[in-house]
Amino acid sequence: MENQLPVDDAAIYIKNMIQSLLSVNKIRAKMTLMEASTAYQPIEVVEKVIVPSLEQIGEGWTMDKVSLSQVYMSGKICTEILHDIMPQNHTIRKKQLRIAIATLEDFHTLGKQIVKSFLHSSGYEVVDYGNGRSAGDLVSLTIKDKIEVLLISVLMLPSALKVKEVRRKMRENQAAITIVVGGAPFNFDDKLYEEVEADYAGRTVSDAINIIRSIENSRGL
Amino acid sequence: MMSMTPMQRILTTLGHKEPDRVPVFLLFTMHGAKELGMSVKEYFSRAENVAEGQVRVCRKFSNDCVYGFFYAPIEIEAWGGEVIFRDDGPPNSGMPFIKKFEDIRRLVPPEVGQSKCLLKALDAQRMMKEKVRDDIPIIGTVMSPFSIPVMQMGFDKYIELIYEHKELFEHLMRINEDFCVQWANAQLDAGCTAVCYFDPVSSTTIIDKELYLKTGHNIAKRTLSKIKGPTATHFAAGRCYSIIEDVMQTGTSVIGVSVLEDIEKIKNDCKGRTTVMGNLNGIEMKRWTQEDTTRIVKDIIAKAGKGGGFILSDNHGEIPFQVPDDVLHTIVDAAHEWGRYPLQWLK
Repeated sequence: MENQLPVDDAAIYIKNMIQSLLSVNKIRAKMTLMEASTAYQPIEVVEKVIVPSLEQIGEGWTMDKVSLSQVYMSGKICTEILHDIMPQNHTIRKKQLRIAIATLEDFHTLGKQIVKSFLHSSGYEVVDYGNGRSAGDLVSLTIKDKIEVLLISVLMLPSALKVKEVRRKMRENQAAITIVVGGAPFNFDDKLYEEVEADYAGRTVSDAINIIRSIENSRGL
Repeated sequence: MMSMTPMQRILTTLGHKEPDRVPVFLLFTMHGAKELGMSVKEYFSRAENVAEGQVRVCRKFSNDCVYGFFYAPIEIEAWGGEVIFRDDGPPNSGMPFIKKFEDIRRLVPPEVGQSKCLLKALDAQRMMKEKVRDDIPIIGTVMSPFSIPVMQMGFDKYIELIYEHKELFEHLMRINEDFCVQWANAQLDAGCTAVCYFDPVSSTTIIDKELYLKTGHNIAKRTLSKIKGPTATHFAAGRCYSIIEDVMQTGTSVIGVSVLEDIEKIKNDCKGRTTVMGNLNGIEMKRWTQEDTTRIVKDIIAKAGKGGGFILSDNHGEIPFQVPDDVLHTIVDAAHEWGRYPLQWLK
């Protein structure tokens, strides 16, 4: 491909991008992406620079190398830059799953915001059902909107346990929606997602991207 | 060794000597409601309920403290914010009352002596003190000035404030510090033995060390120096190993350790200087078998128990409502059996 850059160049963009994001330097991050976008197609900027940068930042959090506030600011900056440098109404991914995100009976929104901005920055469109939703609300909305993957973010254990009610109501409505859960209770108990009958648990934001890709692959998208 | 009262046990531990056995802090907030057959909301509606419930669960589980904590958003209630109760867990704060950054300029902190909810909590602590006198320590709590904005304005907006609106951030910290000191000292006056300073945002799980040293660290130093009693710093399951020396410099007497950390390493670093508290996994705890529980308690005591300066506790600062009594009894039984000093079985 004419615009294909050598791997080393992509690695330099990623390195610069990670440094810029972790130091919360939006101007430098924007310059890096603008430079990359002169050589890459929009989807390539996303896949070759943004996604790997965000994935490494997400992984850094699990190893105590990166803080949650840096993760949040990285996602926010990427979303803002993409909005600035991509043409209006430009769809990066031509085909994608119908994805929604919400917090379930929980008003702690940071996890949801981070996952949403990481997915947006990775070119995914995500419907945001907001915060403090009940199990019944979520099931009705996902069925009405023909959602295929529902991402549920929680901070409190009682909210995590409510995921089981979402699953039960989905079953009652014969809705085959994939449930992906994330948040502190699932990080502190790696068996909890099975107990509440979720399909996947994401420990980090990079897990969220990988899980979506894996579901896409399994459905031939 | 003669059996000690919980107060003697804790004072010996804080003095970095070995008491009769490892002290256990089961930090109950809602279990008292279960004991009294009440909903969580009804339980917290009267000082008498909380005083009776907290002392009752303390005695039921031979706990080494009475937890004088109501719920995290009680401070938000005092600021005029919303609290949302539920029957299966702790109350949450509702919509943040700081809607936009400029609202910070107009904030006026509550007066503890004028706040109905805080006065109720102080009444409860006074009643607890009457019930247990000086035999059992009573632990009060405050949200740190650096961490309470998560509830005041929402986590995402607060992170943006820290990075992008430094002057307003500093202004908010000054207001929150004044309130925090006032609230902590009122609890000590009401009979609390010590105050737990909840500061999860200072954890390296939430902010990096460099930023912590410029923010949460200085705020903790200023605030703790004005609190007229011993303090314990708790990161509510967040990590702290890479800032442990800095945390000790804030003047705190106890550090709450996450299950994500190696408690042995932290204990070794803190040895003889700061007491370590932790690090049972409160989330996993609800499905532990008797064998799991005993094994985990033994393991933590083996790693951190020697020489005193250690309190066995959960890693979050609150036992979830869903943890069954059997597990809690087993934790206590295991601590009594395997935590008896000197820890001969480790030889």
